[in-house]
Amino acid sequence: MSAFEAVIGLEVHAQLKTESKLFCACSTHFGEKPNTNTCPVCTGMPGALPVINKKAVEFAAKMALAMQCRINTRSVFARKNYFYPDLPKGYQISQYEAPLAENGCVSIVSGGSFREIRIIRIHMEDDAGKSIHSRHENLSYVDLNRTGVPLIEIVSGPDLRSAEEAVTYLKQLRSILMYLGICEGNMEEGNFRCDANVSLRPLGRERLGVRTELKNMNSFRHVHKALEYEIQRQEDLLSDSEPVIQETLLFDEDSGTTRSMRGKEEAHDYRYFPDPDLVPMELSREAIAGWTAELPELPPAKMLRFQEAYGLPEYDAGLLTAERDLADYFEATVALGPPPKVVSNWIMTDLLREIREKDLVLSRCAFTPERFASLLKLIDSGKISSKTGKQIFPELLLQDLDPGTYVQEKGYVQISDDSELTRILEEVLEENPKELAAYKAGKKKLLSFFMGQVMKKTKGQANPKLVNEKLQELLK
Amino acid sequence: MSTLTADLNLTELRQGLLSRDISVLEAVEHASRRIQETEPLINALLHVNQEQALRQAEELDRQGPNPARTLWGIPVIIKDVLATKGLPTSCASKMLQDFIPFYDSEAVHRLKQAGAIILGKANMDEFAMGSSNENSAFGPSRNPWDLERVPGGSSGGPAASTAAGQTPFSLGTDTGGSIRQPAGFCGLVGLKPTYGRVSRFGLVAYGSSLDQIGPLTRTVEDAARVLRVIAGHDPKDSTSAPVEVPDYPARLAERPDLKGLTLGIPEEYWDAEGLSPEVNQGCTAALEAARGLGATTVPLSLPSSKYAIAAYYIIVMAEASSNLARYDGVRYGYRDREAKDLIEMYARSRSAGFGPEVQRRIILGTYVLSSGYYDAYYRKAAQVRRLIRDEYDQALRHCDVICAPVAPTSAFRLGEKTDDPLQMYLTDVFTNPLNLTGLPGLSLPCGLGEQTGMPIGIQLFAPAFAETRLLQIAWTLEQELPRLPRPSGLASR
Repeated sequence: MSAFEAVIGLEVHAQLKTESKLFCACSTHFGEKPNTNTCPVCTGMPGALPVINKKAVEFAAKMALAMQCRINTRSVFARKNYFYPDLPKGYQISQYEAPLAENGCVSIVSGGSFREIRIIRIHMEDDAGKSIHSRHENLSYVDLNRTGVPLIEIVSGPDLRSAEEAVTYLKQLRSILMYLGICEGNMEEGNFRCDANVSLRPLGRERLGVRTELKNMNSFRHVHKALEYEIQRQEDLLSDSEPVIQETLLFDEDSGTTRSMRGKEEAHDYRYFPDPDLVPMELSREAIAGWTAELPELPPAKMLRFQEAYGLPEYDAGLLTAERDLADYFEATVALGPPPKVVSNWIMTDLLREIREKDLVLSRCAFTPERFASLLKLIDSGKISSKTGKQIFPELLLQDLDPGTYVQEKGYVQISDDSELTRILEEVLEENPKELAAYKAGKKKLLSFFMGQVMKKTKGQANPKLVNEKLQELLK
Repeated sequence: MSTLTADLNLTELRQGLLSRDISVLEAVEHASRRIQETEPLINALLHVNQEQALRQAEELDRQGPNPARTLWGIPVIIKDVLATKGLPTSCASKMLQDFIPFYDSEAVHRLKQAGAIILGKANMDEFAMGSSNENSAFGPSRNPWDLERVPGGSSGGPAASTAAGQTPFSLGTDTGGSIRQPAGFCGLVGLKPTYGRVSRFGLVAYGSSLDQIGPLTRTVEDAARVLRVIAGHDPKDSTSAPVEVPDYPARLAERPDLKGLTLGIPEEYWDAEGLSPEVNQGCTAALEAARGLGATTVPLSLPSSKYAIAAYYIIVMAEASSNLARYDGVRYGYRDREAKDLIEMYARSRSAGFGPEVQRRIILGTYVLSSGYYDAYYRKAAQVRRLIRDEYDQALRHCDVICAPVAPTSAFRLGEKTDDPLQMYLTDVFTNPLNLTGLPGLSLPCGLGEQTGMPIGIQLFAPAFAETRLLQIAWTLEQELPRLPRPSGLASR
């Protein structure tokens, strides 16, 4: 047991999924030819002026409301000044003294219980472009397609206590952003990014230790690895009575370690001041009330409801509600009749496995909740075996097939008809008089022999449960 | 019947063009000739768009007059700080020497829509930073009234050009007096509209919260016509105001006299140390004329004015330091090709691309925004600004307009103040405060100085968006003020 406690705060940057950029009408579409989604405004041409994108404000405000923040009815855009080739204006338009929203919180499940993580502030800003360095040519290129894409920065309180907790919090934020439909939430593509502030303090002490800032973590796994490494590094230092130096560290994914980002890049004085090109942003009470009313049911509430309404265990409810698409899919299927726990088991095992292995998007599969329910009904009614169901599931998910027609055509339907089964069983017993006699003489193991014969005769399509019951009855 | 002369004003030329007494081609050719005659003396222009202008003139002549287009066929000179599609826009800086925008500033777009012909781009102080036009990277412009004197700044080129009769009007910008002061120095009417009245889109930013575009003309009526064209809300500029644009020219004659009007006379301006006797005399005579038209004058005090110049320079330099950060040599503009790395490229490009005054203001502006100094400088200046604005608003409840001299002296000599930046900054002392308030102001020529023989200007301030009142009073007063002769420095031309 360590004598130290880790204190972690996260700064999350989420790209908002608007059609156009934050301060101009250029498209935000990803993957276009370099410098094609640009105009005088986002390339910082002389005399160009920014005009706020109202949709981006709505998206940002909805996230703030989902985080239970207080929205500032008057917030101010400020310039954050620094030089970099992919920052065409020489400043980023951000918010500083009066951000969009403050004082929120979000609850996460950690170690089996709920924890409240404070949200200090949420503010809006525009993204920078991308620099591409070519070692081969000894040249650098700049692509300004991303310049001006709207971002929100979500700053947590120093409330996270471990790498696991930090990742859980991140996943919760991502889940809420995706529920709101305002962010793609892809860390690898960079539309959901995070920096972390980490410090250690002796257990039981209030005062915070010296912190370091971690950057360049491009996946949940990296966040976890980087934090684990940094917590251990600080603990080793403190245990040896060495000081922790306040600095910015870059995570190196190859070595799994952090390294110092010393030098000029770190020594920034951003010289924030209110952007004179943008009037203070006034949000009416009515607009805020309207957005509040439009908020969907969010993961924590949905999770509780799934436990209560469907009698699901916490684990199932958590997994099913992590993504809005999946939760909706579950509910639509259950509404058609199948027992919730059965649906949940199928989703958690077969469905999610297939989706992950084959990198599918559920909403784009032809396997609708209706088809899912009809498959479960085929199994429940004994028309096909559970085994057959599992076998044909990947096929049904990948292709546009109606389960009922499919099993009929492929001859997967089980023989469950009572008189039909009786007729087949009697035939089998007649054809095997020796085994019948031996069974009657006490060789009970031969039951499986008769079972095998029935399956052979029906090419495996007899309902095994019914065959078993019938056999025992006939052999009495 | 109108004939083309160098002192033909916009309204007269418009009549001549609409009646077809003058063809557009003749007007443009006349302006081009006038440019050829006067440019070697006054250096008012950085680029002449002659060929294109002549083609446009022929096209307009073919189409025939269109009275609905307020500026049909009128040639105009644009200060080089306003983006003009396909025409160089250098801001009189080496940094943007070869920069050609692919967009028009909104004000220029509106002039074109109204039928104006862009004949050239005017000289100015580099990035509009200066009060004498001596900070141009392409040589100073000179005052047509005395070629040894400055035309004022930063819109020195537009003022010199219009005063020399190159075109009937020009478009300038006013951040701390840059329209009113050169208009005053060159014997023109200069109008700085209310902040937000004219879109700033395409105006290369210097002090974004202070910059405003306006006309330099020979008459108040001409100023009213141009304002009518360029004013109005623009969704591309978030600070542009959605306030209706009155028909300024049509409403000018509503006040045949000034009876019942009160002019506020602020002691901070009229009793200022350094106010030259000839300016005092000229402006006092203008007040006398106003009283003759029935106006009453009331003394008033604007005590915070004395802090205005300090607050103004802190704010404008802070904004400038950020506004000019985009000139980094990466995407356009001057780039040093010898630099070994990124930081060196920035440093060398910006050291060579910007002139000394621009560098001084960037450095001072960077300083006042720096961590640890922000509260003492920028925040304090913003508070003072609020105070000044309140004081002017308050004063304008007790009078209809405030009257003050445009500058403490008439146009000074070239080189007279270039060694002392502070002395140069102080020449703006009467024009800076208005930009901090955002209110509209108009400078009106009121005669020639007894000592220097140079034009003297008086300025009027009105409440926000009360340009109609400003223009009406100025128009009425204009009839009673001495008409200026042709500029003496160009007497033989």
